Order: sequence, then structure tokens, then C-alpha cells
Amino acid sequence: MGRPLLVVENLSAVITTGRGPLTAVDGVSLSLDRGEVLGIVGESGSGKSVLARTIMGLHCSDPRFALSGTVKLDGRDVLGLEPSQLRAMWGPEVGMVFQDPMTALNPVKRVGTHLVEAVRKHQQVTRRDAVGQALDLLDMVGIPDPRRRINQFPHQLSGGMRQRVVIAMALANRPKLLIADEPTTALDVTVQRQILDLLDRLRGELGMAVIMISHDLGVVAGRTDRVAVMYGGEIVETADARSLFDAPRHPYASALLAAIPSLKGAPHQRLAAIDGTPPDLVMPPSGCRFAARCDAVHDDCRVQPPQLIFDGTHGTACHYPVNPLISTASNTSGDT
Amino acid sequence: MASANTVQVRHQADAPSGGASGASAKSGAPVLSVSDLVVEFPLADGQVVHAVSGVSLDLADGETVGILGESGSGKSSAARALMQLPPPTAGSVKLQGKELTGRRGAALRTDRARMQMIFQDPISSLNPRRRVKDLVAQGPRTWGRKVSDDDIREVLEAVGLRPEVVWDRRPHELSGGQCQRVSIARALMLDPQVLICDEPVSALDVSVQAQILNLLEDAKKRYNLSVLFIAHDVAVVKNISDRVMVMYLGKVCEVVPSSKLVEEARHPYTQLLLASVPEMHSSSSGAGSGVGGSGPGASGVSDGQGSATSVGSVELPSPINPPSGCRFRTRCPLATDLCAAEAPMLRDLGDGHLLACHHADSRHAGSAGRGEG
Repeated sequence: MGRPLLVVENLSAVITTGRGPLTAVDGVSLSLDRGEVLGIVGESGSGKSVLARTIMGLHCSDPRFALSGTVKLDGRDVLGLEPSQLRAMWGPEVGMVFQDPMTALNPVKRVGTHLVEAVRKHQQVTRRDAVGQALDLLDMVGIPDPRRRINQFPHQLSGGMRQRVVIAMALANRPKLLIADEPTTALDVTVQRQILDLLDRLRGELGMAVIMISHDLGVVAGRTDRVAVMYGGEIVETADARSLFDAPRHPYASALLAAIPSLKGAPHQRLAAIDGTPPDLVMPPSGCRFAARCDAVHDDCRVQPPQLIFDGTHGTACHYPVNPLISTASNTSGDT
Repeated sequence: MASANTVQVRHQADAPSGGASGASAKSGAPVLSVSDLVVEFPLADGQVVHAVSGVSLDLADGETVGILGESGSGKSSAARALMQLPPPTAGSVKLQGKELTGRRGAALRTDRARMQMIFQDPISSLNPRRRVKDLVAQGPRTWGRKVSDDDIREVLEAVGLRPEVVWDRRPHELSGGQCQRVSIARALMLDPQVLICDEPVSALDVSVQAQILNLLEDAKKRYNLSVLFIAHDVAVVKNISDRVMVMYLGKVCEVVPSSKLVEEARHPYTQLLLASVPEMHSSSSGAGSGVGGSGPGASGVSDGQGSATSVGSVELPSPINPPSGCRFRTRCPLATDLCAAEAPMLRDLGDGHLLACHHADSRHAGSAGRGEG
């Protein structure tokens, strides 16, 4: 397989705010193979969107952001690129799908204009060829009657159709990596399912890697190869999707799963809510950032920040993990 | 057209609603009784948006009814019409036997006072300039009642806020979950009997969502509330409700006790909603496997989702020109000519289960049901 498509090492993003520097992303490392799907899950304020945008290079020239660490996409150091180099990268290398499809589209431009623009930005083709590609793209993302839709404006489309157009734009130059930031949060459940199915299918057809960001574990479950759970700007647990959902080890991951109402249980069951609020990242607590809300907290948790320790491919940043391994790392060669 | 499409959703079938007393504790009498509710919005070009077309519902004392549906199903329009915001086009809304429709001004405000509403966006539903202590006291003060600091403290504690912390804060200094708690506290200050919650947790994180759902259950017991809970999340609605009413394009598809929602719900639209719930504990192995053996109705819907042809049929039709007959037929895997010709009536299947579908009975007969007609 060769080297991974994306390698993020010790990435931090510090934002200047009126109250002082806010560490939105704190020492995150991850890697992604070609064609792999990574889910990033966390509450609002956990730093998942800032992480995604930093990987995209969207914060490179923003004076409010102080970035450190490295982001290597296909061997290139994203954080060191000039704006023109970044623009050349957005499209053929990495594409992004945002949460709100209405604000991602220009309301006074037709659907076709968006797509033709995206195609001709990176490819030396005639307008006619670009329109042909646009029609193919609309067909690929499952929009019926592309010839009619291509002349419509965004407001004439339903939310699900708009998100399909946004996906078509992101895929216009066949990126190696697609970053989808809450792609279905603004959509109905039935439409959400269609969009997730669509992303699944396109990933298979185009062989691209995907980073799917969501606050909803349900969206990420069953759609990803690996999942990283973020809390307070850090990755607190990462594992292949199945073992994370079946046997989460970090108390936060475990509590997040338990907080979701189940279709299987009887009505009026008390939900396992996580009390308290996420930490203030201007003044993060000194020990484990989840300590204040953790059921299994010990004294040393409040003092000693836990490191992300890997056992095979399953990494956990907790001194006292739930679902600990039956034996130690020596016995896990069969894993992965 | 409203009268032709009228449906009846009665839980405790024959308790006569209303009467002179209007006492809340009268067992059997519904606290809130809605019949043939119709909400229509005229457009500038003479067309009409049929938001709600003949919905009836009785909310029993202490009961929670969940209303489930996609955007555009009319669930929010129905809830607002109950509050007379704006008043419905037709139909009757009785709170403790008192008719609310047709009343105006002070008379309406007096009669409606014991029905309160909580909205989806907790931050924009609070006045940004006011402090928590005043936001919470605002309702009773509007009624000219004295509100003591102790009253405010008590209700803040009841919704899980620490009075000394939030007392002087304004909405922007609170998190979304805290704002929603303030909204609930505001509603509780007016001693409501009926609480209408319109997507109260949709804008919240999962962990906070669980806190608010637990809080609503606690408040319901402590303040003896009846709750109408609107949401699009099937699992959330199932968890909090006694009964679930499924709406599609302004009409009721099915009413089913939540304990039977997964196993016994039959309407193809309910099946579609159930099949759309993301599976938590199955990675990549057969999606839908855990949806309680949803049967051909569900699998028929999800099978075709990849292809472009079926995608066209899953768009919600316009409420300006709803499909004839059964409004779900354009997306329904079981639809036949009968569905286009005749709107299905809501039938009582017993045990509080009501269904409006021509073909859902034959669903268990597999493909035979689809070939019919």
C-alpha cells in the first residue's frame, strides 16, 4: 500500500480570542490510508471542525490562528504551502463538503455555473466539455433529470438535492481525500440516509479516502473504517469502528454511546446523560480534560494528563479505561 | 377537502371531553382535545399550502404523545395552531374543555395560559438583553403576579441550573443546553398542564440531549404535565412518548403505542423512518439488520436508494399540490391505483394502534401486496 495518504503529527491550533489564547486542537496525530474512511466524533467545541479545516489548509494564512505540528497530504506539507499552492491543491487533492448546503452554494449562480467553475478551475477544457462533465457529475450524485437541474438556482432545490450538488462540486476534480464536515446534520433522517449511502457508493467508485466529521455517533457507525473520538481538542480514543462501538475504552466514548436513546429499549428509560459541560479551552484543566465529568475519576486523573496509548490499532488516552483488555498487549497480535 | 380527509385519533375512546367543570384531575377526560385540525396558508398567487389537513388527537392527563415526521410534514404547523399561533383554518382545539379557536385577545390569553411551548432554537427564543432571573419571571409578571426570588430559585433548581451561577447571566453567556433549561423553566413558571415541545433537542449535542430528555421526564412527573413532543428523531420520540403519531404531508399515517413502535408499526412511511435510523452496532454488515426485522416494506424502500430513478421519487411532494388519495403514495413501495383514487381512512387496529393505509395489512404477504391493483 505504501505510505499513508495523510499524516498529521502533533498538530495544534491556537486561536487568539478576547479572553486569551484558545487551544482548539491540542497535539493531534493521525494517519489515513488511501481509500480509507475515518470518522471524527465529538461534541460542539471539541475541535473536530478546526482540525478538519486545518488539514485542508484553510487556517494557514489566518492571523488569528497559530498552528504547529505537521500535516502531510501525499507527502506535501500543507501548513507550509503558499495561498496559490493551496488553491491548486483544493479540488484535485482534497475536497470538502460542509454542513449547510445553502451557504455553501452561491444563491445567484445556477447549479451548472458552480460545477463548470469547479471543473475549469483545474482542467484545461472547453466550456462545452465542462458542461458535459457537470451533467455527468449530477448524474453520478443521483440527481434525476440533470439537464433541467443544471439551469436551476440553489433555492429551487430541496436540502438533500443541494447537498448532492455540493458533493458533486467537491468531486469535480476527483480528490484523493474528501472531508465531510457534518454533511447530514441539516437534513432529514430519510435524506440523511440517502446522502450517507451516496458517499459510501462514491467512495467505492472513486477510491478516495474520506474524513467524516459528526457529533452523531450513529452517522459514523457503520460508515467508517476507523473512528477517532475528540474531547477538549484532543483525540481521547481511536480504533477500528467495530471495536470502538462494541467495546469503547475511554469513559467519554462509552458515555457518548450510552447517551443515545435506543430503538430497542422500552419507552421512558432514563438516559445516561453526561453531566456537566466541556472544558473551557482557554484555561484547560491540568489533568485529564474529561475528569470533571467522568464517573470513574481517580485522584491522579486531575493531576496527570493521560497520553494516547496504543494497543495494536486501538488507542486510548485514559488512566483507568473501561472495557480494558483481558490480557496485556502481548496477546493482541491477532488484532487488526 | 378537509372534511373528506378527516381522521380520528382517540386514545380513550369515549370519555366526553369538555363539560362545565373543566377540572384537570378528572380521570379519562383528555386535557387537550383536538379535532379535525386544518392549517392552510394562502399564497400570493391564489394557491394554498395545505400544511395540516384534518388531524385529531386527544392528550390524556399525564400522557406524552410524540409527533414524528420529516420537515414539511406539518408537525410544527399543527403545534403552533394548537397554541393559536396563528389560529387554525378550521377545527377545534379544547384545553380542559374550553374551546380556544375563535377566541381573541385577553380571553384567548387567559384560556391558553396553561398550555406552554418550547421551541427548537433555545438561544433565539430568549430575549438576548434580559438576565436569567428576569427571563424566568417574565411570564407570571406579564399576568401581574408577584414573583419572589425563592420562586425563581426553585424553578431554576428544578431544571438543573444553579441559581447563584446563572442568576445574572444573559442568554449569550449560557450554552445551548442551559438556554433550553431556561426555556423550560419559563414554561414551568406558568404552572402549565400541557407542554408543547417543538424539536426541543434537535439543536443539541447527544450528551446534552440526554440531559434535557431526562429533565423533561422529571419535570413531567413533578409538575404533573401532559406533553406533546415533536421531533424527527425516531429513537428520541420513542424514548419519551407513550404514543407516537406519525405525520406525513399534513396527515396522520399511523398512531402507535411507543412500546410497539419498532415491532408493530405497519405504515410504509413509519417503516421508512425506522429504516433510516443509523445502526449503532453494526459496522458495514447489512444495514437495517437491527431495525427489528422491518420486513419487505422497509427493505423495499432502502433497496432502491442507490439508483437515480428511485431518488426522484423520494422527494417530498409539494404541500401546495399534495398527491391525490394517499399522500405518501409517490414514495410508497406498496402503492397501487387504489392509493391514488382514495385517501385511506385512519382505522383502529385495537390497543391504541391506528393506521391509515390500504395495503399495510397485506405487507406480511410479501410481494403479493405490491402486485395487487
